[in-house]
Order: sequence, then structure tokens, then C-alpha cells
Amino acid sequence: MVQINLPHNSKVLKGDYYKDKTGSKNIRKVNIYRWDPSKKENPKIDTYEVDMDNCSSKVLDILNKIKNEIDPSIAYRRSCAHGVCGSCAMNMNGKNGLACTKSHSELEGDINIYPLPHLKVLKDLIGDLSTLYKQYESIEPWLKSSNKNNETENLQSIEDREKLDGLYECIMCACCSTSCPSYWWNGEKYLGPAVLLQAYRWIIDSRDEERKERLQKVADELKLYRCHTILNCTNACPKDLNPAKAIAEIKKMLATT
Amino acid sequence: MSEYKIIDHEYDVVVLGAGGSGLRAAVGLSEAGLKTACISKVFPTRSHTSAAQGGISAALGNMGEDDWRWHMYDTVKGSDWLGDQDCIEYLCKEAPRAVLELEKYGVPFSRTKDGKIYQRPFGGMTKNYGNETVQRTCAAADRTGHAILHTLYGQALKHNTEFFIEYFALDLLMMNGACKGLIAWNLNDGTIHRFRSHITIIATGGYGKIYYSSTSAHTCTGDGNAMALRAGLPLQDMEFVQFHPTGIYGHGTLISEGVRGEGGFLVNSEGERFMKRYAPNAKDLASRDVVSRSIAIEINQGRGVGKEKDHVHLHLDHLDPKVIENRLPGISESSRLFANVDVTKEPIPVVPTVHYNMGGIPTNYKAEVITLNASEEVIPGLMAIGEAACVSVHGANRLGSNSLIDLVVFGRAAAKRAAEIIKPEMIHEEIPQSETDKCLDRFDRLRNSNGPNPTSELRTSMQKTMQSKCAVFRTEKTLKEGIEEIRNTFKRIDSISVKDKSLIFNTDLVETLEFDNLIRQAITTMDSAYNRKESRGAHAREDFPNRDDKKYMKHTLTWLNGSKTKIDYRPVHTSTLTNEVQYFPPQERVY
Repeated sequence: MVQINLPHNSKVLKGDYYKDKTGSKNIRKVNIYRWDPSKKENPKIDTYEVDMDNCSSKVLDILNKIKNEIDPSIAYRRSCAHGVCGSCAMNMNGKNGLACTKSHSELEGDINIYPLPHLKVLKDLIGDLSTLYKQYESIEPWLKSSNKNNETENLQSIEDREKLDGLYECIMCACCSTSCPSYWWNGEKYLGPAVLLQAYRWIIDSRDEERKERLQKVADELKLYRCHTILNCTNACPKDLNPAKAIAEIKKMLATT
Repeated sequence: MSEYKIIDHEYDVVVLGAGGSGLRAAVGLSEAGLKTACISKVFPTRSHTSAAQGGISAALGNMGEDDWRWHMYDTVKGSDWLGDQDCIEYLCKEAPRAVLELEKYGVPFSRTKDGKIYQRPFGGMTKNYGNETVQRTCAAADRTGHAILHTLYGQALKHNTEFFIEYFALDLLMMNGACKGLIAWNLNDGTIHRFRSHITIIATGGYGKIYYSSTSAHTCTGDGNAMALRAGLPLQDMEFVQFHPTGIYGHGTLISEGVRGEGGFLVNSEGERFMKRYAPNAKDLASRDVVSRSIAIEINQGRGVGKEKDHVHLHLDHLDPKVIENRLPGISESSRLFANVDVTKEPIPVVPTVHYNMGGIPTNYKAEVITLNASEEVIPGLMAIGEAACVSVHGANRLGSNSLIDLVVFGRAAAKRAAEIIKPEMIHEEIPQSETDKCLDRFDRLRNSNGPNPTSELRTSMQKTMQSKCAVFRTEKTLKEGIEEIRNTFKRIDSISVKDKSLIFNTDLVETLEFDNLIRQAITTMDSAYNRKESRGAHAREDFPNRDDKKYMKHTLTWLNGSKTKIDYRPVHTSTLTNEVQYFPPQERVY
């Protein structure tokens, strides 16, 4: 049988251990993926003992506590801290989510924090989302309408507007796309759940006049039909959206028009 | 500083910041055919505009009669007469067009039965010059900022704006009193970039993070304001910091004023709807400074709720669950996540929380930066928009939903003005190397700091000082202590500690540079507050409880050199832009 080994420098090593210095009796071990592009070293897992008696409820609070009190060199993205900006998407105990809305009390045992899966890592928990952003651009996320009257708005019924609910709320955190095995294998060509949900948001907007062209543009073996309804995306979405359903709706529209 | 690799760029315009105002400007500039770069330390849709909830004001009149002059009167009154009325006229008159434009871009506004943009009541927004509540605030449920930000990013993509994403701006390049561009650090690969531009537009947002508890994102560090200070320019009206009445107790997450707009109300420990005592007409929909002070008084007088009696309750459990589901889904989610509250059954624990900076870089209504030099003088090549700017349309207190409209109206105005100024034959002048050296000296010094003071410790110290000495109510004593304390923290930056010395995604250094930016604004805020010995809008002095139009109907301008401030004043504009509306003379401000 063929033996396939990962490249030597991709092996994740055991890293540093930061022992608690506060004397707290309520300690949790937090294991964090570390990789610094400016050092020619393998990635490693550093372990931090964190005093949970003085830590707020979310995983981001743990990371901030470590960065502020133990190790300022740890790198992660964060901004709004209440689940609207999508910066702090990461993998926590095996599941993708936003660190700012994920309660650490929901995680069992030691806490393991990794970057979003299958992205090129830029540093520590920061992944490279540039491919996803380019794919987003490719679906042309703007309204296409010939109505140039600047004196009044486009009219849209309450019912038509409701069709955008569950779609426009997407914060592009990429939790869904990076949980999708199809996207892992074909991420360059398959648009993935996040971008397809955004595509559907414009397809279904009653004000848009290029529904047909938009549908045709995604009707592609690779761009769309690599979705095999695994449903990891819907399971991963921290905003309780349903990208799998959006994809199914696109497929249905293509099958019936 | 030869060890840093410098990459040069030339653009007609550089926009710094990719939130609502930066993106709106970038769209207009690209549309006008100007070569435009948009630089941001975060990916555009991560900007803090995404957190705006309740809506965007414009007298569309979709829910009944409305008039931009009424909107103007409300804004003037909300500003406690410190706003410049020519600028406010421009804002309110242009507002409907700017909102209709957003709708055309694709913003998914909520709708009325006849398919128009839905508008809700908001604090201080009235009909017929203060007579009754009007529905003027256009909403996309309670995610209006998010909807606008994502739509504007789409428009910028449509117009092929060139983005420089995850670049941290360091300093402006100045020559002979004019701005010639800026220097930024690319976090992705550690290189330094020098942008030369005919016009630089600062759109970096507010600096809420000088406080310990705020609704602001971690990234709200007012980097552009600090760059202006380091370039020798003044900031205006920095003492005016808005406390939003309803941040979630203990966490600071914003609960939209839209909740009260849809019928929610505040209650103290005695179960009393106390706002009727403070604002008999507008009650819970009085303007934000009034509601925040009322809550603070209730708490100070022992009528707060909870174990510590240090917050109040916001009820919406009496509302139709359908209304909550359709119009307030976002705050239901936030309340569940951060207060463990089901809003259909229980009240939300809330407390006044730092939310918005009325102060910033002084500009005229065309977004050009001004300074004081005998008269109002424009700084060539420099503009400021959005929360970073102080136009001043919000004066001493901003009305809810007037910030989103400020972003798009003045983002648009900046693009228009730039297109007028920039001519095809303009060339980029050589900038003396000393400007680059000065910038990189500071960068390098902070990067190689090995002192005993962790950035996080100094930041917390600054935040606690601001929170305790420059809060909702201020006195001579607290401000004097604050002035000293904040300088003690500032001194310790000489022995700050930066552990990470790398250049790629060095977030340790980013936070240190952000702290350096924040503390400069903290000093100017504290000193400006000390010098204004009156109460006006969000600046409430217990020792000077009244507004003093004789002495203080003027804008504070504050320069900073080291830890020393220089304070001067600029008169408030007392005329309107056109004769379509008359100047509103100062009145007593009651709601």
C-alpha cells in the first residue's frame, strides 16, 4: 500500500506551556494553534492555563485575556465583539464559529482553538480569505436595475422583501464554506455555501432585472453542483442562516425554468 | 530607516477607511473617473458601520407628512445649538436623495404596505418643529448599518475601486501646510507603503475605545484623528462624547433606540416609567443625552435595578412578538447571547454606554478639513468624513439615525468636491524624505520597545481614567484629576513593552500603535472637557449645570504637542447655506 506523508514542515508540534501564575483554583487549559511566517519553524500548539474565575463568558474573552495578560504575541482577528462583523471566525473544539458569540461553557474539556480549516494560514489564527472574497466579487453583488429615476425608490412588497430574510444577514465570516468538504477539495472552482447564499440573495431580489443571467452564471458543474448537500454549512452558521437551502433553491430554480 | 522596504504609489485620491463614509466616497470618486485607493485595516464589511442598527434618517415622508426643514430643526435642537446650521441644512436637504440612492444600490430596506421604504420613530425626530413624533428613520429591520455597508462594498466592487486591505495607516505626509498622502504598513507581508495623492480623505471612524465600556468595536481607535494631531492639526469639540442610553449591562453591546421607537420603554426599580418625569412629551424618545442623564440620576438616587442597583430595565415584552420578530430580530439575538434574556418575556438590563464621538477633525460642508488661522482656513489636500470628522452637524449631541445619513451625505460630498478640485494636469510633487523618516522613527521606536509596561495595562489604565473622570456627569474636580492621571499613563508609553518584533500580522504592535493613537485623543477629550465650563448636549458639568451661550457658543479646537494641549475656539456658524430656510436662534432645550 502507498504511504503518503504530509510534508515535514506541516507537522504540528507541541509548543510552549504557560502555567497559571494567579494561583486560581478554577483553571482551564487552552490549546492554541501557533505559526509565525517570519520564523522558519513548524506550526505548534501552545497551551495556556487560564483563570476562569476572572474571565467573561465567550471564547473571545479567553483569547483577549491571554493576549492581554499572558502572551501578547498571539495573532487573531477581532473587531465588533457581538457577532456582526464576522472577523473572529475560527475553529473551536472542532467546530467553526465566532469566538465572540461562542460561550466557553458550551465547550467540553480542554479548549482547542485552530484557524478556520483548509485556509492558507497567514499567522496563528488568521486565515487567508482572499479566494473567497474573489468568488464573492464574481457573483456581482450589486443591484442590476434599469430604473434610473432618482426621485422615488423601487417599490417592493412586504412579501418580496421577506424573501431576502435569512440571506442578507450573512456576515461573510466563512464558517460555512470552510466547514464544507466539497469546498475543501474544490475551493478554487466551487463557489461554496457562503458565496452561493449571496448569489441567491441577488437572484431572489424582486428589484433585480437580471435573474436569468445570474442563474445561468452559476449553473455550472463546478461552481454550483459540487454541493452534495452534506449540510455542514447550515450546521456551522453562527447566524442561524441556511446556506444549504439557498443552494437547493438555486438548483430548483434552474430545474424549473 | 533603510531596513524597511518602501513601496511607492500614486493616486488621485486616497481614502483611508472602508466603512460607510469611506466606501460611499470611494464609489463616487471611482464613478467620477478618479484613480482611487481605499485603504483599510480590516476587510471593508468588518468595519463598525456594520453594527449600526436602528436606521438612517431622511425626510422621505413615507409614513406621513415630513419636511427636511423639520429634520433640520430637530438636528439643531439635538445639537444644543452647537451644530453649524449651514452644514445641517446641507445634511437634511441632501438626505432623501442619498437614501434613495442607497435603495437603488440594493439596500434591502424594510417596506411599508405600499412597497415604500419603511420608516420608524426615533429619539428627537419630530413633526412641525418639535410638535409631535414623526417616523423619519429608514430601516432594514434592526440591521440597517450591516445592510448599507455590504451594499456599498458591492458598489465599490462594481466600480472597480482599488482596495488595500489589512493595511495599517501610520501617518500623513505633509508639506508646506498641505497634505500630500500617507504612509501605511501592509500587515499581510510587512512592507511599508507610501501613497502620494492629490487628496487624502480620512474616514477612520470614532475613538470609543478610550473608554472602558463602550459599544465600539476593538478597531474604533480613531487612527485618522491621531494622524491629524501628529500632523499639527487641531481636533474639534472632543469633549462631546455620546453615551447611548441602552448598552447591555456588563457587556456594552448596543440595544438600538429602534426598540423604544417601536414602543419599548425604560423602568426603574420601583417599576416606574421614569422618563415621563424628565421629558413629559417625548418620554423614552427624548434625545440620547437627556435619556442617558435621566438613567444616571435614577441610579445615583438609588432607583437602579439589580444587586448593585446600577442599571435599569428596558421592556419590550409587551410588544406584539410579530413586531419583535420582523423589526427587531438582531437585538433579540444580542439580548439572548449577552444578557441571557428572552425579550418576549423579560426586560433587558441596560446602562448608558459610550457610543459615539461628536468631535473629530473639523471640516466644512464640502468635507474639506479646516483649521483656525485668524479665519477658517482649508488644509489643501485633506478631507475628513464620517465619525472621524466634525462637520459639525451633530454639535453637542447627535440624534439617533443621523450618523448613517452623515456617512453617505458627506461621503458623497467629498467625492463631488474632489472631482471639482483635481485636474488631469496635476502632478505629484516630491515630498521631503524627512516626513517618511519621522513616521518610521516612531514606528520603529514602538516596535523595538522593551520596557516593563504591557500595552494592555496602559490601555486599561487610560480606559478606567476616562470612564471614572470624564463620564456622563463631570465636575472641575474629576476633570482635574483626569488631566493628571491621563498624562501619567501617557508618560509610561516611553517604557512600553512590545513582545512581538515581526512585521507580518504583528497584532501586538498594531495594538500598541492603536494605543498611541487613543491616548492622544484621550488627552484632548479630557482637556477640552475641562475647559468648557458649561453644560451643553452630551457635556454635562455638575458645577456648571446651565448652557452658557454668551461664553461658549463656540467650537473647541485642540492641538496636541507631546502631552501639551493648546486650546482655541471657533465661532459656531450663525447662518444657513441658502435662503430656503432661516437660521434657528437658540432656545431652551426641552423634550
